Amino acid sequence: MQWSTLIVFLLLFVLVTVLGFVAAHWRKADLNQLHEWGLGGRRFGTWVTWFLLGGDVYTAYTFIAVPALVFGAGALGFFAVPYTIIAYPIVFAVLPRLWYVAHKHNYVTGADFVRGRYDSPLLGLLVAITGILATMPYIALQLVGMEVVISALGFPMSGWAADLPLLTAFVILAAFTYTSGLRAPALIAIIKDSLVYITVIATVVIIPMQLGGFGKIFAAVPPAKVLLAAPVGQSLGMYSAFATLALGSALALFIYPHVLTGVLSAKNARTLTRNMAFLPAYTLVLGLLALLGFMALAAGVDKVPQYAPFFKQYANSFAVPALLMHSFPGWFVGVGFAAIVIGALVPAAIMSIAASNLWTRSIYRAYINPRCTEAQEASQAKLASLVVKFGALVFVLALPATYAIQFQLLGGIWIIQILPALVFGLYTRWFHRYALALGWLAGMTAGTAIAAHLKFAGSIYPLHVFGYAIPGYAALYSLILNIAVAAALTVLLRLLGVAGGQDQTTPGDYRAAVPDRDSGAGDGQMAAPPTL
Amino acid sequence: MTTRQSSSGIHPRLWWRLLLLVPIIATLWVPWYNHLNPTFIGIPFLYWYLLMWVPLSAVCSAVVYFKTRDLV
Repeated sequence: MQWSTLIVFLLLFVLVTVLGFVAAHWRKADLNQLHEWGLGGRRFGTWVTWFLLGGDVYTAYTFIAVPALVFGAGALGFFAVPYTIIAYPIVFAVLPRLWYVAHKHNYVTGADFVRGRYDSPLLGLLVAITGILATMPYIALQLVGMEVVISALGFPMSGWAADLPLLTAFVILAAFTYTSGLRAPALIAIIKDSLVYITVIATVVIIPMQLGGFGKIFAAVPPAKVLLAAPVGQSLGMYSAFATLALGSALALFIYPHVLTGVLSAKNARTLTRNMAFLPAYTLVLGLLALLGFMALAAGVDKVPQYAPFFKQYANSFAVPALLMHSFPGWFVGVGFAAIVIGALVPAAIMSIAASNLWTRSIYRAYINPRCTEAQEASQAKLASLVVKFGALVFVLALPATYAIQFQLLGGIWIIQILPALVFGLYTRWFHRYALALGWLAGMTAGTAIAAHLKFAGSIYPLHVFGYAIPGYAALYSLILNIAVAAALTVLLRLLGVAGGQDQTTPGDYRAAVPDRDSGAGDGQMAAPPTL
Repeated sequence: MTTRQSSSGIHPRLWWRLLLLVPIIATLWVPWYNHLNPTFIGIPFLYWYLLMWVPLSAVCSAVVYFKTRDLV
């Protein structure tokens, strides 16, 4: 560890901490109201939404977990690039509908919508619980990222003092989330992204030059890691694993509570769709960072004796910190480390806020205290944001961390189970509410069982169909089971004539208000011909 | 100017949304790009092909945005 690294790191960290508390005064409003604390008053425009959604997606996942997977497993880790490419077109097509209906009915969470749509408190509760549960391992990934970098700064790695830096970062995060709500990460995200872009541009320009160009970098990578293993005989090899990881992650991403928070805090739906054209800038960063995994291999950082204890403790997750220390002067390592830690703090704050919105709106107010005041609601949310972060700490301590990315993949297996209720619900009310609940149960059980079978150390399950082995992401397989169960039971429940409940929404709620809708019958009928 | 067809019909310009499928298919069909050659400044095809789809997907989204922005 060098003093220059530590000083630069601490300066940036203090700056961000101060900003986090100052954010309470930004666009001043009563933070004792949930939609002010938890959605920033729904007033964020294109720029802030861009930073917020980017802050959601590009996290310790981007900086630590994906390069670590590329470092350890090669091309498979690059699935993160198609994942983040295809996520945006999906969001573009689907989420404006959610924005409109949420705005119309004042839904703060996905669970609120599901409950209103299906007239089913049970389904709303399942969606809320799933959201809170799935967020915890994702926050855990952020904590692991922070921990790796902070230990690289030279703090002791064993004994009681080892936990101090992480605890400090954790307490600061919890404190400014508590006081400032969503305003804090929105404001900090701007600093974070500046640091990230500086670091990324420096690394992808300077490190390849030091290593003699990309040709030499890839030549140093074992050939088996450069390409995906092709299908052989009765197995689809890595092809199906790669594509299902990308598709499953993309489908899971946009129904995470924190992404929905970013979506619902936008001031209008057009702000959202405009963003979908800009957000791929982050994907480019992610792709370039993924290549750092190969650069770390080519630089041979795992063979440098002084890094050996770190690799022993944090395994592949140490690849990027080691590469930065190996390639840059001390002060710049401080900038890079600050980028990673702040890049983990911002999403951890947004995620815990989103999970606490869920707790408050969809569990506390729905079941425990329906007549709560606005101030009670906001204070519940603040407390819940603390509980969720402690839950994340439990995941860090309880699960193996060969690949930090497993935390995020586990969260994906859980969150994807709410897709039928939430996303299909935006388009159709064909599915029966109880069928959706049982489909959820089947998907949750199967997905968790697969994860447990793999000892929470992997997410790829070799499904055997007609004599073929198709290794794929457990989230996608369990989602297919979920949908199949929900569809079959819907038919059955319809035949039995079980009541489906009263829909709170009307078809017109899912899109822009049309001028004469209030005078019409509510079906959005317009006489004017379309203009082209 | 917001105009819209009846709730049962789909506005013709919304067909532009099919363009959003293009990056999804192009990046999920692995056999198309799991190759070493041609390389670009030393980067194997697999990697630069996928990275190339980042700006291309942004272009697709932007086209759909401009064609349909008065409809969302």
